[in-house]
Amino acid sequence: MSTAPRYEVLDKAAFRWSDILLRWEFILALLLLAVLAVGTWISPYFLDIWTLSDATFNFSEKAIIALPMALLILTREIDLSVAAIISLSSLAMGLCAGLGFGPVPLAFIGIAVGAMCGFFNGLLVTRLGLPSIVVTIGTMSLFRGIAQVVLGDQAVTTYPAGFSTIGQGYLLKWPPMAYSFALFLLLALAFGIFLSQTATGRKIYAIGNNPVAAQFSGIRVDRMKLMLFVLTGLMAGLAAFLLTSRIGSTRPNIALGWELEIITMVILGGVSISGGTGTIGGVVLAVFVLGFATLALSLINVPGIVISVTIGCLLIVAIALPIVLRRIL
Amino acid sequence: MKFLRSREAALALIVLALAIAVGIRAPVFLGIDSLYAMLVDTSFLFMLALAQMAIILTRGIDLSVASNLALTGMVAALFAAAFPGVPMPFVLLLSIVVGAGLGLVNGGLVAYLNIPPIVVTLGTLAIYRGMIFVIAGGAWLTSDDMSPAFVAFPKTTLLGIHILVWFALLVSGAFYLFLNHSAVGRSLYAIGGNPVAARFCGINIPRHLLLVYGLAGAVSGLCGALWVSRYGIAYVDIANGFELTIIAACVIGGVSIAGGLGSVAGALLGALFLGVVVNALPVINVSPFWQMAISGAVILAAVIVNARSEKRAGKLILPEARKNAGGIA
Repeated sequence: MSTAPRYEVLDKAAFRWSDILLRWEFILALLLLAVLAVGTWISPYFLDIWTLSDATFNFSEKAIIALPMALLILTREIDLSVAAIISLSSLAMGLCAGLGFGPVPLAFIGIAVGAMCGFFNGLLVTRLGLPSIVVTIGTMSLFRGIAQVVLGDQAVTTYPAGFSTIGQGYLLKWPPMAYSFALFLLLALAFGIFLSQTATGRKIYAIGNNPVAAQFSGIRVDRMKLMLFVLTGLMAGLAAFLLTSRIGSTRPNIALGWELEIITMVILGGVSISGGTGTIGGVVLAVFVLGFATLALSLINVPGIVISVTIGCLLIVAIALPIVLRRIL
Repeated sequence: MKFLRSREAALALIVLALAIAVGIRAPVFLGIDSLYAMLVDTSFLFMLALAQMAIILTRGIDLSVASNLALTGMVAALFAAAFPGVPMPFVLLLSIVVGAGLGLVNGGLVAYLNIPPIVVTLGTLAIYRGMIFVIAGGAWLTSDDMSPAFVAFPKTTLLGIHILVWFALLVSGAFYLFLNHSAVGRSLYAIGGNPVAARFCGINIPRHLLLVYGLAGAVSGLCGALWVSRYGIAYVDIANGFELTIIAACVIGGVSIAGGLGSVAGALLGALFLGVVVNALPVINVSPFWQMAISGAVILAAVIVNARSEKRAGKLILPEARKNAGGIA
């Protein structure tokens, strides 16, 4: 006796358009198109390959830090000290430049100092079980404070010949692509693949969704978090190298306030501050949305402080709108 | 006896020891004039740390307080410049209302849309600060632009004591009564201690959150008018970054960022500690460039010490359980 099955168990959920259309990355892509359209409409100089590639200088360094920051926020941690790490790392490069180091050793010094700062944050958070937001508010003052003690009101402005190549130069003549931007794209690809395709990457989501369950599943939560803090510090060191190389000077207030811009990139990118959700693709889209919105506004001579109002509104509206819509619908 | 073993007593001893140590190096520091000047200087931090503590108690955070202060300060300055005849209490009332309004915006987004407080206040931090530029058209207002009564107000004394100290006393007393002796205040502790349990106890969490952010905004507003009239200048960058000093005062004072833990005395002592450090450095001939590094180190030390004392084992009430636990340990 054969009876037709009462229901069929599917291997995966049935395809629904709403799954794609309501995805955060899709909304961000629409937002990016809107920014590009509005930018083209308000300024004739906006849609030009040279203008656009020039604009990448202004966000590539921040965007490079946004990538590891996204992973950190995915695990429910945060690092507010990244901009301070830049100042310390830039200081180290400046001092070593004075001792006669060449460009390549300087880059390594900057990156190593960044990684050490990240290691310090990670140790405090994982070994002593302290909340990362408080620890990194503390190290934020400490790192920048050290830079301030050493530099006072002075600046380091002498760097060896060739040091500015990476920060100011172009990898490709056509289409014009700066080294820093190319580096960001490459890193974004690597981070994206790491997060979505490797077992270690999936563990990051597991930690963010439920750290206790992750621990009991055999994931070494503390070690992973420590690695991510080191990675964030390392990337901040890399960004410090790019920035110092681009502007050719080190002051105590270098990269001041960047931590908030970087976190804005990550949150707008759809990474939940309570951990466990978000993608690198979203962060990359958010980087472009913020970068090109800033470009469009500055092309029509909007002052920087007003641009930051717009960005702040964008952040809150982008987060609040889906919540409001979900409630109404 | 219980007080002597409390965290507040330990912190008070540390502050006292620090002040005496500085006094040994430079006796002038312990003079009445010097201590009094320090008290006046730290008044703003006292008030703002208490407001911040009320928010942190509910597991929240408000990064926008300093921007709120600067914006309401500018509103008050513009108002006082436009209507020089208006008496000072009315100007203060106006800025309290404006500040509370800005705080309620934060509170509404946190309480009714469930957006994480750090995201909301990160956004409003940028928005409020930028609004200063917008409403003032980028102008600076100096004491010459403001009315004489407005500028003279923070120099007035009552019973021989500086008016700012009176305000700090008033706010401290109000917060003490509110947090310790009102049902709403106790509910804030309950919400931070265990939101789910608080909800089952019938506490209307959103309404309490709205209130506490509004309250913090009102305190920021009050401080805004006082700040601008005291320093005689209103422009975009006043109190920039002060939010971190405020949070640092709370952390040093033993307010747990995880919510539900903190006292008025603790927050006041935390603020006093920072006040002593800031005022002591120039007296003992340490370059002010050290200030940032020292406060960073202090924050880290405080959070490490506080985390230790928070890790007390849960209370075992049943005698049998206590016996078993004793047997194991």
